[in-house]
Amino acid sequence: MASAPTSKYNSHSLENESIKRTSRDGVNWDLSEAVPRLPGETRVADKEVIYICPFNGPIKGRVYITNYRLYLRSLETPIFAFLNEEKFNVDGWLVYNPVEEYRRQGLPNHHWRITFINKCYELCDTYPSLLVVPYRASDEDLRRVATFRSRNRIPVLSWIHPENKTVIVRCSQPLVGMSGKRNKDDEKYLDVIRETNRQISKLTIYDARPNVNAVANKATGGGYESDDAYHNAELFFLDIHNIHVMRESLKKVKDIVYPNVEESHWLSSLESTHWLEHIKLVLTGAIQVADKVSSGKSSVLVHCSDGWDRTAQLTSLAMLMLDSFYRSIEGFEILVQKEWISFGHKFASRIGHGDKNHADADRSPIFLQFIDCVWQMSKQFPTAFEFNEQFLITILDHLYSCRFGTFLYNCESARERQKVTERTVSLWSLINSNKDKFKNPFYTKEINRVLYPVASMRHLELWVNYYIRWNPRIKQQQPNPVEQRYLELLALRDEYIKRLEELQLANSAKLSDPSTSPSSPSQMMPHVQTHF
Amino acid sequence: MGQRAEWVGPAGLGGASGVSGGAGCGRCRGRRCPGDGRSPSRQCWWPLPLPEPEWPPLLPRVAASQGGGMLGKGVVGGGGGTKAPKPSFVSYVRPEEIHTNEKEVTEKEVTLHLLPGEQLLCEASTVLKYVQEDSCQRGIYGKLVCTDFKIAFLGDDESALDNDETQFKNKVIGENDITLHCVDQIYGVFDEKKKTLFGQLKKYPEKLIIHCKDLRVFHFCLRYTKEEEVKRIVSGIIHHTQAPKLLKRLFLFSYAAAARNSTATDPKNHTVMFETLQDWCWELERTKGNMKYKAVRVNEGYRVSERLPEYFVVPTPLPEEDVPRFQGHGIPMWCWSCHNGCALLKMSALPKEQDDAVLQVQKSFLDGVYKTIHRPPYEIVKTEDLSSSFLSLQDIQTAHSKFKQLFLIDNSTEFWDTDIKWFSLLESSSWLDIIRRCLKKAIEITECLEAQNMNVLLLEENASDLCCLISSLVQVMMDPHCRTRVGFQSLVQKEWIMGGHCFLDRCNHLRQSDKEEVPVFLLFLDCVWQLVHQHPPAFEFTETYLTVLSDSLYIPIFSTFFFNSPHQKDTNMHQRQLSLPLTQSKSSPKRGFFREETDHLIKNLLGKRISKLINSSDELQDNFREFYDSWHSKPTDYHGLLLPHIEGPEIKVWAQRYLRWIPEAQILGGGRVATMSKLLEMMEEVQSLQEKIDERHHGQVALQAEASSLLRASARLSSLFPFALLQRHSSKPVLPTSGWKALGDEEDLARREDESVDVGDL
Repeated sequence: MASAPTSKYNSHSLENESIKRTSRDGVNWDLSEAVPRLPGETRVADKEVIYICPFNGPIKGRVYITNYRLYLRSLETPIFAFLNEEKFNVDGWLVYNPVEEYRRQGLPNHHWRITFINKCYELCDTYPSLLVVPYRASDEDLRRVATFRSRNRIPVLSWIHPENKTVIVRCSQPLVGMSGKRNKDDEKYLDVIRETNRQISKLTIYDARPNVNAVANKATGGGYESDDAYHNAELFFLDIHNIHVMRESLKKVKDIVYPNVEESHWLSSLESTHWLEHIKLVLTGAIQVADKVSSGKSSVLVHCSDGWDRTAQLTSLAMLMLDSFYRSIEGFEILVQKEWISFGHKFASRIGHGDKNHADADRSPIFLQFIDCVWQMSKQFPTAFEFNEQFLITILDHLYSCRFGTFLYNCESARERQKVTERTVSLWSLINSNKDKFKNPFYTKEINRVLYPVASMRHLELWVNYYIRWNPRIKQQQPNPVEQRYLELLALRDEYIKRLEELQLANSAKLSDPSTSPSSPSQMMPHVQTHF
Repeated sequence: MGQRAEWVGPAGLGGASGVSGGAGCGRCRGRRCPGDGRSPSRQCWWPLPLPEPEWPPLLPRVAASQGGGMLGKGVVGGGGGTKAPKPSFVSYVRPEEIHTNEKEVTEKEVTLHLLPGEQLLCEASTVLKYVQEDSCQRGIYGKLVCTDFKIAFLGDDESALDNDETQFKNKVIGENDITLHCVDQIYGVFDEKKKTLFGQLKKYPEKLIIHCKDLRVFHFCLRYTKEEEVKRIVSGIIHHTQAPKLLKRLFLFSYAAAARNSTATDPKNHTVMFETLQDWCWELERTKGNMKYKAVRVNEGYRVSERLPEYFVVPTPLPEEDVPRFQGHGIPMWCWSCHNGCALLKMSALPKEQDDAVLQVQKSFLDGVYKTIHRPPYEIVKTEDLSSSFLSLQDIQTAHSKFKQLFLIDNSTEFWDTDIKWFSLLESSSWLDIIRRCLKKAIEITECLEAQNMNVLLLEENASDLCCLISSLVQVMMDPHCRTRVGFQSLVQKEWIMGGHCFLDRCNHLRQSDKEEVPVFLLFLDCVWQLVHQHPPAFEFTETYLTVLSDSLYIPIFSTFFFNSPHQKDTNMHQRQLSLPLTQSKSSPKRGFFREETDHLIKNLLGKRISKLINSSDELQDNFREFYDSWHSKPTDYHGLLLPHIEGPEIKVWAQRYLRWIPEAQILGGGRVATMSKLLEMMEEVQSLQEKIDERHHGQVALQAEASSLLRASARLSSLFPFALLQRHSSKPVLPTSGWKALGDEEDLARREDESVDVGDL
């Protein structure tokens, strides 16, 4: 259903664009032609060429020769999101407002402040403009810390526990290098973070990488927080592999599900992809982060190498476990918008929107892996999420579709430069204008409930409805029969309530004494809704 | 932390009625169920110690005619469970820290609950039962006893103190009870070494580990127990669980004798027992098989064979005199008729003979039989030889013993160590593959019956193992009646009990031969589970029903699964009162268990016919594929033909049965039970609304029933519900302990930087 408008727009949008632009000049153009012509202008010849532009490099295009002029039309089409003219009654770009989200978390408070130091992205070009940092750290401190963190991605707050005020802080690796450099400002800064929470004497640092990789990173100038430099911190490695390993693993998944699905050796071939093993490690890491913050009562700092792949997975999953708000449809959109989009997960590089080089080493299904983890959680806790499987699949479909601007570009600064919010439609517009389609009927809202999934192979399974959905033999029943039955019952309930109300009206009319009616409709309704 | 939610279950889940039908409790909402604690009666041997949530409107077509009553039996049973035992001393100290000062152990007297006819055999006090909690073990003091029915630990788990869910306890088998038949293996720990215990012991272990057939694992520390008590209890347990037993020593006889005053059967329970000619006639009528098949009474009083039921159904033109010729062998017996008139038949092979003359006689006999069933009105018959071209019983045995080991887990370390290679371990057991093959075979037969209008004749040596499995699977898939609870029970009664499946031998209840122990029935339940899992709305019962049913295989109160044949049951259950000496069971043929020695005779005799009738296997494959794919491409009619998905990812582990006792695998507040209970809440609400409407219609302005009291917060149930009662009490997450497996050829990738740019120069 998503493809219909896409193809329609794809074939005509260029013409539309050019017509719009030129018609502003007040010239009459022939609509049927690829090249807009003046009255009397006729085409002589055309040819496909590569134009070497002195400023932008080679551009593929078609040159048209008319009796009036030479006309070059670029064949490089812009990403569809910029041409998409769909209209929705909700503006998805308004879903995420960082100030509002931090206010929801109770920020700023007397330990944490909102800083605009990165307003023009000069502190860190891959971070959002608005950051939450310790109250006691001055902007000058932040600048000094930035010199010691890879790509200036300094530790900033992602989430604060509403009760014990422990925090999840994210950043990139420290630039320790071979020589084991130290930076007093960075050390002091982490201590300031630790002190915002008075309940425990140590700050917990989770380095998402395997220990060996963290050590190896020293060779390229990176590294990790050593014991002797950071006395008040405890460091754990979470053994999650890098983007290249994940990419290869997904490739193997593709091999076992397409074109044929293994029958009797399905399990061992599934195991050989390691995909679920990676999922298990990511979930395990996130559980550890969440548990530390929630019951360990210790603030947590999470980083990997650059803090935009594994770090985003860990912080967002931990937040999903800890904060039930993110389990609602809009809450989840905010989570993605905040931890992934605004904090510079390199969507453009990881997905390669509009790029032909599919073998690029930057490609990696990190975001897909995150969504898979969310799916595993929703499978284990079928009543805890407001959204359904279709919601997650839709997000993934539009991660690649380029129909919406949501996942374009690598970071907020680039999006701002390209005016993405003005020129494209947000995916959340599509979803939020048709929320019912993405709702899980079993959803039971529960405040302050921490969800710990079981990260065991006994419970993890391949997401058949996503990875094998094109195989007609594996096709799952849609909608899920249990869900279907529940919806039928819901409808039945509503019908009965209606009938009961009618009966009551009829009765009270008959008796002409409504006060004797044992339960009036107004009493009825709240009773019915109490357990939702 | 409010981790425990009160639960009022559906369909008598709360009632956990001891014996006979969950539906019995279905109607008596709120009241105490009169069916509680009922002892077995002649008419109803159906074991349902723990009834299950039932599906909402399963059969709207039928239900619609009952007016508004389309919600079936999804009502709450009387919750009154047995009283929780009194608390005894609970130890939080590790065993090493315990001083064996007897006086400190303030053990209170805990009463042992005995069933009628149950006798205490031996006991030992100051036994420490280990409980796994948050990846460390703690102990609970108590008494370990052994009766002629069960091994029981009488300690007190503090969970029983404040646990609302105790009302869902199984009334017959408590949390710390192990029936003698449920014991699988006993290990002793001597100086940290684990050894299998059997026979006479020279040395007594300091720790006893019991692996159960329902996959529970118990650890009992005997270090603080008096030496003579250790001797008594250990040898007692070993003797009573492992020594060969006589049939008459089965507990169900003492129970039946002691619990004489049984109440009448619940008339609501319409399980057809197939013990009368009438039952078979009804079944023929129901399936419209009575045109071509007749019920015969030739075996009345077991005159012809003790292996066969007294009544059964054969093709109408078949002369009844033929039946006794080979004691019922070589006679096609009717299982079920399809809507198009095609029938599923089964036949036990003729005895193997060396003598040419006898062979000649057999051949002409079989030829006669085949002529009969090939003539009109019968359709063409396809013979399916399950002895030679399908699974062997040994395959099933081997697969299951490997498979169950994956779930008999001693501790947390073992759980996480095996987690990493879980899928390959699972695959190497072949259990799931065997399930797939059974389902596939059943689909093939369904295709013949449904699409090719062929009769199918299942052939097996005694027609009492794979015949039962395949024929009942086919019926579950083709006959929606078999997907109701009563229909399913009737099916088991027809195909398995009357079909002469040797439960006594296959479950090794008498401990006479390990070789004979093959979980064929369990395999059947697992196959049905796959169907229930894939198409839940097509069934009136849930997976919980199947799990409970599988447990009742080892509870010797219900006679259903404790005999090798209806004859054996009849003679024993009747003669018991007269105290006549029991005859040794004749009908447990040892021969032919291993299929390697394939029955050449049958092949020879049938060879010609079979080759004529069976299509080439390629063609069969094509037919199968076409049938399978076309069914799956259409929307499912839950009241019609039902086929399972059999692709790799679709065959799953029956998690409820196999993972239910493993604390590490528990999802707090999650699992399928979460949606299930939402569904049931909604059902109750719809039902109470309906009642209100009915009241209005009748003009009653009566007092409102407290419908809302039935609705409980359900989100905090554990995924192990209703079996293990929140084994993990804290809200701490479980964390894998074992690390990452080597990546092999990807090591070089793993070492690479995420980004190609060096960060050093930044």
